[in-house]
Amino acid sequence: MDFDLSEEQRLLKESIDGLLTDAYDFDARKKYMKEKGGWSKALWGRLAEQGLLGLPFAEADGGFGAGAVETMIVMEALGKALVVEPYLATVVIAGGFLRHGGSAEQKAKYIPGIIDGSKTFGFAQLEKNSRYDLFDIVTTAKKKGDGWVIDGEKFVVLNGENADVLIVTARTKGGQRDKSGIGVFLVPADAKGVTKKGYPTQDGLHAADITFTNVEVGADAVIGDPENGLPLIERVADEARTALCAEAVGAMDESLKETVEYIKTRKQFGVAIGSFQSLQHRAADMFVALEQARSMSMFATMASDFDDAKERSSAVAAAKVQIGKSLKFVGQQSIQLHGGIGMTMEAKIGHYFKRLTMIENTLGDTDYHLRRVSEGGGLLA
Amino acid sequence: MDLAFTKEEIAFREEVREFFKNNVPPETRRKLQEGRHLSKDEMVTWWRILNKKGWGVSHWPKEYGGTGWSSVQHYIFNEELQSYPAPQPLAFGVSMVGPVIYTFGNEAQKKHYLPRIANVDDWWCQGFSEPGSGSDLASLKTKAERRGDKWIINGQKTWTTLAQHADMIFCLCRTDPAAKKQMGISFIVFSMKSKGVTVRPIQTIDGGHEVNEVFFDDVEVPYENLIGEENKGWDYAKFLLGNERTGIARVGVSKERLRRIRALASKVESGGKPIIEDPAFREKLTACEIELKALELTQLRVVADEGKHGKGKPNPASSVLKIKGSEIQQTTTELLMEVIGPFAAPYDEHGDAGSNESMDWTAQIAPSYFNNRKVSIYGGSNEIQRNIISKAVLGL
Repeated sequence: MDFDLSEEQRLLKESIDGLLTDAYDFDARKKYMKEKGGWSKALWGRLAEQGLLGLPFAEADGGFGAGAVETMIVMEALGKALVVEPYLATVVIAGGFLRHGGSAEQKAKYIPGIIDGSKTFGFAQLEKNSRYDLFDIVTTAKKKGDGWVIDGEKFVVLNGENADVLIVTARTKGGQRDKSGIGVFLVPADAKGVTKKGYPTQDGLHAADITFTNVEVGADAVIGDPENGLPLIERVADEARTALCAEAVGAMDESLKETVEYIKTRKQFGVAIGSFQSLQHRAADMFVALEQARSMSMFATMASDFDDAKERSSAVAAAKVQIGKSLKFVGQQSIQLHGGIGMTMEAKIGHYFKRLTMIENTLGDTDYHLRRVSEGGGLLA
Repeated sequence: MDLAFTKEEIAFREEVREFFKNNVPPETRRKLQEGRHLSKDEMVTWWRILNKKGWGVSHWPKEYGGTGWSSVQHYIFNEELQSYPAPQPLAFGVSMVGPVIYTFGNEAQKKHYLPRIANVDDWWCQGFSEPGSGSDLASLKTKAERRGDKWIINGQKTWTTLAQHADMIFCLCRTDPAAKKQMGISFIVFSMKSKGVTVRPIQTIDGGHEVNEVFFDDVEVPYENLIGEENKGWDYAKFLLGNERTGIARVGVSKERLRRIRALASKVESGGKPIIEDPAFREKLTACEIELKALELTQLRVVADEGKHGKGKPNPASSVLKIKGSEIQQTTTELLMEVIGPFAAPYDEHGDAGSNESMDWTAQIAPSYFNNRKVSIYGGSNEIQRNIISKAVLGL
C-alpha cells in the first residue's frame, strides 16, 4: 500500500504544473476561449510537444504506456488551471476506445493524430431521453453492404463542434433500452449527413448537438463487436468518470486555496473576515470535503487495476458520488465566502464553481451513481 | 501508488483474524455486536489474553513490550480488532498514560508502571476535564500543593470514563497558580484508593454508567508521583492527545455496524418486504458506506504517510478523521434506529438482556443511538477539531 507518486510521476506533475503556471493563468484562459472554436491550438500543441497527449497509449502505438495514475495527475492539473482544451474528449475518451477496443488498423490510423495534436475527437453518446444510461440508445446503425448507415440525434457532444472525428454509439439490434445490440462507430465529422449545431457550455467549454442523417461509414468504422459494444463503452466511461473526479479534485483544491486567501485579506469591521469562527469552520468543512474527495479520486484511479468489472465500476460510481457531494459543498461555499465578488464573471472563483457544477452532471450525477452502487449491493459487500 | 497490501501484510491480517477467532470469548463478542456494556472482568480477561500474546501494547517501543509493527500492520490490527469486534485496549492506560510515562517518566516509573499497564494490573482513568474546563481545558482549577515530600490535591474532575473500575488516575493539576494558565500545570498520577478520593456516577441519557465525577479532598500523594517536570504538564497533555491517532476514525467499528444494519434490514419487514428492498433506505445506507470508504482511504493515506515520514508532530489530518469518523458512527446508529422503527421504544432499565425476550435484539439500539451523540463531543469536540484545521492547516 502506497499513496506516494513515483519519481517519474512526480516529474510529470512538476512538468504539467509548470507548463500551466506559465501558460494558463486566468487572463490567458480568457484569451484562449476567444480563439476560433473556443480553445487554443497553440496550447494544445504545447501539450503535444511535452508528450502529454500521448501519455496513456502503448509504446508500440507511439505513446508512453502510462497508467491511470498519470492521467489522474494530468487531470488534476487541468482542473486547477480550468483548462478548456479537449483533453477528456480526445485523449481520455477517444483514446480509451482506441486503446481498449481498436483494431491494429484503427490504432495506426487514429492514435498518431491524437499524440501529435493534429486531431481532436468528440464522444456522441447522449440522446434526448437517455439521460445517464449509456445503453439507452435510439440512434441506429444499419448494415449496408460491408458498411453501416447511421441515423439519429446526439446532444451535448463535448468538443463536438471542433472534433475531426466523432465516436458514436448506435443501436445495431433490439430496442431502446436493450443492453445488447449496441455498436461504437468512428465517424469523420465532415462525413456526408452529419450536421452540427455548436454552442458554448456553462463552464466555458464547447459542445454541439449533432444529427446523423443517412451517414454511411465503412466496415472499418466499427470499434470492437458491433452487437456487444456496451462493456467497452462502460469501461471507457469509467475511465472518463475517474478522470473527471481528478479534475474536480484539482478544481476544488484551487477553489479552497483561493477562498482561504480571500478571507485572509478581505477586511470588514476592521479585521480580516477569516478571523471569524463561522467562516473558519466553513473553510475547515471545505477541507474535510476536499480530502474525502481526494481519497475517493485515488480509489477510483487505483480501481482501474481491479480485475472484476463490477467491482471496478462500483468503485468508480462511489467515487463519483463522493466527488459530487464534495464539489457541490466546496463550490457553493467558495462563492458564499467570497460574498458579492464571488458572483461576478470577473472573479475566477465563479468559474471553478461552474466547471465543478458541470462535472457533477457529466456521465452520471450523484443520485445516479448512488443508485448504481445501491442496486449493486452496496460498497461493503 | 498502489492500494494493495503486500503478501506479508495479507498473511499478517490472516494471523490476526485467526487469533481473534480462536481467542475472543464469544459472549464478549456478542455483547459488543449488540452494543451492550461489558463487565470489568470481561474486558480485563480479554486484555490479558491479548497481552499474553504480546499484542497488548502493540504500538509501544519494543523495549517496553511493543511489537515493532509497521504503520500498516498497526492499521490492520486495529481494523480487524474493531470489526471482529473485540474490545479495544484500555486507551487511558495503553494509548495515553503509557506513552507519557515511557517518554517523560523516570526509570523507576517506567519499571513500575509500564508492565502493570500492559497487563491491566492497574485500571487507569483520565483526570482532565473539570466542570468549568471542557474545551478550555487549560483553565482547570484542581490544585496540587507541595508539602514536604507530598502533594496535597484538592478539586474536582468530571466525565471520568469508567472511574468506577479504576485503580489509578493520571491527573492534570495546577501547581503554580501565579503562572499563565498553560504554564502552571503538572501531570501527577495516583491511586484512586487514596484517602479523600470520591467517585460519584453520572448517568448518561442512554441510561448507562460510563462516566463519573471524581472529587479530591486533601488527597495525599507522594511527590515522586509527578511525571516529568513540574509545571510542564500541559506539554505532556498535548503530546498525549496528539498521540491518540491510531483508530481515532473507528472505521472498523462503523464497518461492523454497517454489516449489522444490512443483516437486520434484510430481516425486518416494512410494507410486506424487507426494509433493505426500500430504495430510499438502501440509498441512505449506501451513502454511508461510501462516506466510510472515503474515510478509510483518508486514514490509510495518513497511515502510509506516517510509515514513510515517521509520526513526528501531531498530524492535523487526525482532525479530519475525528470529524468524519464521529459523524459516520452517529449515522450508523441513526440507521439502526430507522431499521427497528417502533421497536426502539421499550426501555430496559438494567441495560441487559431485555425483560421482553422478543425484544432482546433491539434492546440496545436506542441507547446506543443516544450514547453515540458523545463521539462528536469527547476527545476535542468537532468544533475544536475545526478550529485546529482552520489554524494548523489553512492558516486562518
